Amino acid sequence: MVSIWTWVGLILSVYGVMIIGAGIYNLSQPVTTVLGELNPNLWWGAIMLLGGIIFLLIPRFAPDA
Amino acid sequence: MNKKMFGKFILAAVGVFALVALAGLSFADTGDPAAATTPAASVVTAPAPVENSAPPAGATAAEIPEAVQKSGHIITLSMLDWAIIILYFGFIIGIGLYLKKFSSTSDDFFLAGRRNSSWVAGLAFLSANLGALEILGWTGGTMKYGMFVSHFYWLGAIPAMIFLGLYMMPFYYSSKIHSIPGYLKLRFDEKTRVLNAVSFAIMTVLMSGINMYLMALVFKTVLGWDWNLSMIVSALSVGCYITLGGLMSAIFTEIVQFFLIWAGLFLVSVMGIIEMGGISQIFADLPPSMGALWSTAGSASLNEMSVTWIGLTLGLGFVLSFGYWTTDFLVVQRAFSSKDLRSARMTPITAAFFKMALPFIVVVAGLVAWKLQATGAITLLPHPNTGEPWNDTALPVLIARYYPQGLIGLGITALLAGFMAGQAGNVSAFNTVWTYDIYHAVINKNATDDHLLWMGRVTTVVGIIVSVAAAYLAMQFNTIMDYIQAIFSWVNAPLFATMLLGMFWKRTTSAAAFYGLIAGMLSSFAIFIGFRFDLLPGGLVRFLTMSDAPSGMAQNLWQAWWAWVVCLVLTVLISLVTEPKPEAELRGLVKGFTDEVELAEVPLLKKPGFWASIAMIAVVALNIIFW
Repeated sequence: MVSIWTWVGLILSVYGVMIIGAGIYNLSQPVTTVLGELNPNLWWGAIMLLGGIIFLLIPRFAPDA
Repeated sequence: MNKKMFGKFILAAVGVFALVALAGLSFADTGDPAAATTPAASVVTAPAPVENSAPPAGATAAEIPEAVQKSGHIITLSMLDWAIIILYFGFIIGIGLYLKKFSSTSDDFFLAGRRNSSWVAGLAFLSANLGALEILGWTGGTMKYGMFVSHFYWLGAIPAMIFLGLYMMPFYYSSKIHSIPGYLKLRFDEKTRVLNAVSFAIMTVLMSGINMYLMALVFKTVLGWDWNLSMIVSALSVGCYITLGGLMSAIFTEIVQFFLIWAGLFLVSVMGIIEMGGISQIFADLPPSMGALWSTAGSASLNEMSVTWIGLTLGLGFVLSFGYWTTDFLVVQRAFSSKDLRSARMTPITAAFFKMALPFIVVVAGLVAWKLQATGAITLLPHPNTGEPWNDTALPVLIARYYPQGLIGLGITALLAGFMAGQAGNVSAFNTVWTYDIYHAVINKNATDDHLLWMGRVTTVVGIIVSVAAAYLAMQFNTIMDYIQAIFSWVNAPLFATMLLGMFWKRTTSAAAFYGLIAGMLSSFAIFIGFRFDLLPGGLVRFLTMSDAPSGMAQNLWQAWWAWVVCLVLTVLISLVTEPKPEAELRGLVKGFTDEVELAEVPLLKKPGFWASIAMIAVVALNIIFW
């Protein structure tokens, strides 16, 4: 059975990539939301992608988790 | 074969994603404001009906597309946001499809094959509780009660979860039961089991329906989504993946939903803290009645909840909390799916650490919303039924304030995930209790394993249909919402007294358990009716609640306490004059007649007691810090 952590890693990674994409777009088209100048899409997307990759690695290093 | 199917799923998901993303890009290229594609278009101001509405900083009326202004809701989704939401639905249904082949026996379907680690069971344990009622309700509740809401986590959950893991789980898990009513059958008799099963089943489908109704209400208010569409789509999705994969499917999706909730909502609090200038600034100007945990609990007049520390400790910290976390099958079912006793005991303890952290989302966001509203920076949306500012919209209003296109989709997905996790928890608990404790116990005692599996699937569909009906009932009769709060007191508070005596006092008899439980439920109901229709004289109100004018929340807490007391006292008294079960029949069910599993050879870091101690130290520290 495919590990639950693989599923979690998969969806976080895909969402991370999508949101990073929006963040890159925001570099040329800044958003006007409050604190939009921080470009939350870019760094939050990166955190999600990183989290997703860690989850994808869990079954390899901790198969009993 | 497994890999093949997984590969197909990935291909399908990527295909859906690619199609939607392409569509999104094509809209983005056109810059069509009606399609709400530009990042600026994602966030708009409060709708026209709010008289004192003001656009959030950074989004002026001039920036709001005309089509969105006319729509009258605060969030408009871009194609990217839609892609994220559609992908979520495809993903969780895909998980259900993938897991169907692993649900070939009733144990697979109802207990997820008893193969989960404590991490998996623990996160599912918490996620089943983490419905959107909890997230939106307590964020809104913080605007009303301030820091007192943290009591529902640090006082009203953690100690009970630890007690469940350390002291009650050995009896539950070792008796190999399928449900909590199943324990009542073994420890007492069939009629006590059926009484609890029926009351739990009614409570569960009602809660599922209310959950669905509130989801539709929130999405209609915030996004302008159609009532029927919101309810039908979520009901079909949940029904689909639970019918296919049973509890395993519910657990897998609950864990995915758990991380999506954190990913989608944690950032709201982070952004709020940044905007406020630090967490200390959030607390800087709060009135004492909003900003403290215990220092304002000496008198009911000092805090917004109008309750004293005695009411908090007895009603919430003891009865309601222990009643819910240790006897509500909705959450405990996840622990039953663990692969061994140690994992089962670790399940609620693992969950306790995440539960402890949840106020970072709900309380911090609620306090930020309270401060922003006080300065006129945000305006809550009006409740569709009453027209009053609706606290439950605080979180969506903050999402609209901080999240640009992309993150908006993630935030809405997180709310959807919250609703669906709660609904799936209710439905999977309902199908188990109906199948084992009502159908198999009363209607068809000779049912085969295959038949029970079939019945579980049918019951899932029926449970969903009844939930939808309950949602429409709630829509027609808004006062039903007032009763829901009290249902927990009717069912769980007296049950906790029955369980406590059953597990830790061998003299407790079957007749005492049954009549004590009925008396506890009836007393809770009577007190509720007394409060609800002002039937109680002032002196009695003072005696029951230690307050002349208790808030609705204080009434709930005291109502639970008295229901527990009535059940406990009556059960003890009747036990003393009736015949107990022979000791041989109590083996594995009662303290002193159960083989204590020796964990001495387990490393310290794997001992439930060690992690329970860490959790207790942490929660005490949090209470002191925010005293």
